[in-house]
Amino acid sequence: MISVTGRELTTGQWLLRSFRLDGMLMLLIAMLLGVGLLVLFSASGENVAALERQLLRIGVGFLGLLLFARVPVSVLKVWAPWLFLLGLGLLLGVMFAGDVGKGARRWLDLGLLRFQPSEIMKLAMPLTVAWYLSLRSGPPRFVDLIVVGVLIVVPVLLIMRQPDLGTALLVGASGILVLMLAGLSWGWIVGMVVALAAAIPVLWTQMYDYQRQRVLTLLNPESDPLGAGYHIIQSKIAIGSGGLYGKGWLNGTQSQLQFLPERSTDFVFAVYAEEFGFMGILFLLLLYFLIVGRGLWIAALAQDRFSRLVAGSISLTFAVYMVVNIGMVSGLLPVVGVPLPLVSYGGTSLVTLMVGFGILMAVQSQQRLVNR
Amino acid sequence: MLIDRPDSYNEEARDQQRFSVRVLLSILILLVLIAMLVVRMFTLQVGAHEHFITLSENNRLRIEPIPPTRGLIFDRNGVLLAENRPSFQLEITVEQTGDLDSLLERLSGMVALTPSEISRFRSLARQRRPFQPVPLKSGLDDETVARIAVARHELPGVEIEARPVRYYPHGEDFAHVVGYVGRINEQDLQRLDTRNYAGTSHTGKTGVERYYEDLLHGVTGHRQVEVNAQGRVIRELAVTPPVPGQDLFLGIDLELQLAARDALADLDGAVVAMDPSTGEVLALVSKPGFDPNPFVQGISRGDFAALQADPHNPLFNRALSGQYPPGSTLKPVVALAGLEEGVTTAERRMFATGYYQLPGHERRYRDWRRSGHGWVDMNRAIAVSSDVYFYDLGHKLGIDRMAPMFGAFGVGSRVGIDATGERSGILPSREWKRSAQNLPWFPGETLITAIGQGYMLTTPMQLADITSTLANRGQRVQPRLLRAIRQTSEADWVAQPVRYLEPVQASDAHWEAIHQALIAAVNERHGTAWGSVGSTSNGYVVAGKTGTSQVFSLGPDQEYKQSELDRRLWDHALFIGYAPADDPQIAVAVLVEHGGSGGRVAAPIARDVIKHHLLSKGLVAAVEEAS
Repeated sequence: MISVTGRELTTGQWLLRSFRLDGMLMLLIAMLLGVGLLVLFSASGENVAALERQLLRIGVGFLGLLLFARVPVSVLKVWAPWLFLLGLGLLLGVMFAGDVGKGARRWLDLGLLRFQPSEIMKLAMPLTVAWYLSLRSGPPRFVDLIVVGVLIVVPVLLIMRQPDLGTALLVGASGILVLMLAGLSWGWIVGMVVALAAAIPVLWTQMYDYQRQRVLTLLNPESDPLGAGYHIIQSKIAIGSGGLYGKGWLNGTQSQLQFLPERSTDFVFAVYAEEFGFMGILFLLLLYFLIVGRGLWIAALAQDRFSRLVAGSISLTFAVYMVVNIGMVSGLLPVVGVPLPLVSYGGTSLVTLMVGFGILMAVQSQQRLVNR
Repeated sequence: MLIDRPDSYNEEARDQQRFSVRVLLSILILLVLIAMLVVRMFTLQVGAHEHFITLSENNRLRIEPIPPTRGLIFDRNGVLLAENRPSFQLEITVEQTGDLDSLLERLSGMVALTPSEISRFRSLARQRRPFQPVPLKSGLDDETVARIAVARHELPGVEIEARPVRYYPHGEDFAHVVGYVGRINEQDLQRLDTRNYAGTSHTGKTGVERYYEDLLHGVTGHRQVEVNAQGRVIRELAVTPPVPGQDLFLGIDLELQLAARDALADLDGAVVAMDPSTGEVLALVSKPGFDPNPFVQGISRGDFAALQADPHNPLFNRALSGQYPPGSTLKPVVALAGLEEGVTTAERRMFATGYYQLPGHERRYRDWRRSGHGWVDMNRAIAVSSDVYFYDLGHKLGIDRMAPMFGAFGVGSRVGIDATGERSGILPSREWKRSAQNLPWFPGETLITAIGQGYMLTTPMQLADITSTLANRGQRVQPRLLRAIRQTSEADWVAQPVRYLEPVQASDAHWEAIHQALIAAVNERHGTAWGSVGSTSNGYVVAGKTGTSQVFSLGPDQEYKQSELDRRLWDHALFIGYAPADDPQIAVAVLVEHGGSGGRVAAPIARDVIKHHLLSKGLVAAVEEAS
């Protein structure tokens, strides 16, 4: 027992305190990461090397989390616009000098480091919109809507043209969610939904063929069982054949025999569903809900508008991630390339998410300090 | 601080409140979305579970057939007539080749590939399962195998596999008995059980191979394998081993078959020899034969065309499919009918001149011997083969009493031999003529039917069967090629039972009269087969009857002069006979197409076959040595 400020704390609590971490959130994240590693081991065909690489990324992500948990929210608020401008600049850089990987121009090679500038935008977007709205008071007005609209639309369009529909969607969502949480009036929300519906035909013409194909495939996957529909069909077979209790860990035939494409990245949920069944899914959804709920709890208790909006947006964007990924894997949404957060194999998204949680914890510890 | 700035505080509080409402709303929306996902998952995983588990099993499991080994075919002494030999086959796994066209290009530098082989390969490749090797060329020689083996590293996806291929070691001599197998084609698929032939590439096309396809083929085994998305086999889950085809033991004696072949020499014709007591066919030769081995892997168009164009028609099975007028060989049957119907007696004599005329008709029906045969009784009439005697007997009997006797011996119906291609011949009668030609029967036709001419047609197989019935004095035995079968090489042979058929009813005295006449035809100096058979048979007695059947009809005043005729218009030479006469061991029918005289050409062939058979059984050895 260590006595700090007169209260009795366990060693663990003390450690969390000194690193300014939220115990509950850390526990939930650790559980999700554990489940993720378990599924990845199965999905990668029991590939220990892949597991090690993912562990390394988790390590890097954890360092990012620790780092940002210690950055005071006020500092973040100062950085926000500059981070946004940096991200925008890099996106433009990608557009003109990016590396092509898997047919899309998403990567920027900085000699030592190869990364996707759109990942910066995932954090810069909510920070910046929140920064802007925290300069104003009251619910967003029309002027704010215009300004924020521009802030959102420019990077989203840039990311869409890479093309990376999934990230564009997440970046856009993180900005819009700030607007909503800031109290955007219902009239505007309805107006935006209507505008969005009206924009669908325009968007349709702006989409690449493969993006349109994905939407068409969603509507009728059986029309092209060996081509574009293959992913969804095989994924539905994997999920459906899992049944109530699943085929058991490492026993999913759809994944082990490679019928399921992208099984360790975007479609990892199908592997989980096949091997752990409906019960496993209920557990996973509960875990996600608790993480989002804890994040929103932190947001609701935050001391200032900026912290609130940032924390709320980060939490809800995490929820969007999850819903969109599971929706697309189970054939409810088009395949847009959104990973299952904290579970899918892949580097940058994981690190960004961990940094996001770091920011959440910074918000939480600040609130704790203020309350003390 | 908060007290200092009430406005700010109020604003902050309002904002916090607004925010909390929005957060609660978000949580509600999130719960709705999660509920939708849960419903979706429930629909897929619980509602449609059966559907998807089936789909996933279909993805994962594949049933692969294991073709059974085809049964072997032996002669009666255990000599192999059809076997399975490993043959080197060039196979290509298309998934592993990369550029198929350039691979075929490279291969054609090492192996002689015909356009038909390549087009067959391409059509097979279109129907294959993933990662299933497709045969390109079979029957590779050692040199080619070595050449490909050396260059294998630059031939991705190319494999040399040793596959069992049917081989007929005595090819040409048994082509018309054993037949051959060939690749399964569209027609075969309609007849075969496709499930049992899932892994089988060949099926019997002719002969015993075709007739006993069910016994020879066996039952296809299966292995259930787990495959990955690329179709590659990951592991074997269950195996049902195939049941190999049964081995067949034919009644044919290889040595006798070869003796019959040699006796026919280069003549076109057929020899069928039977054991009258069992019905087992001892020899079945149709000359010329052909080599069935090229047919197994698919004979080239040119070679097949050459076989078809051959004027000697080697593909034609004369023994089973050839239908010829039996000529004088069936005079004994007419004689038996005469005796049984009470139309004549064995002792009744008549003076046989050179021709016969129906009462009140001008037309002269000529005897083969212009001068006639003088006074003949039935014995002598058969021995010298008097046409006039049988014109007269035929006239007295009439077609309505003659046809049933021919029918009782099996003329006009297949003997039911266990090979393909058998034909029934023709049993002429009033009814037959009305249905076949819609014409009434004319009295003159009765006369020529009595000497085995006219509409009547028989196959050499039928003649052998009839000979066997004569040897058995009416007891008909089902002729058959199959003697025994066995399930595996370790199992015992299971003999096929002798099947006795409805006998030809006649009194013993009448049978004896016919029997004596057939002995006389061979063993009396006046007999038509005396010179070629009787005079040279030592130690055993052959009973028989010659026959010479016309290929075209002579006009009333025309004379048959062989030397002036095209060979294709020469008479067919026939002989039927059995020996030893008092204890028949072998019944033989010989047909030589356009051979001319039955006595001079066909009888010696039968003599050699009989002699070979009886010698091999030790029946004549002692006598030969003594003389």
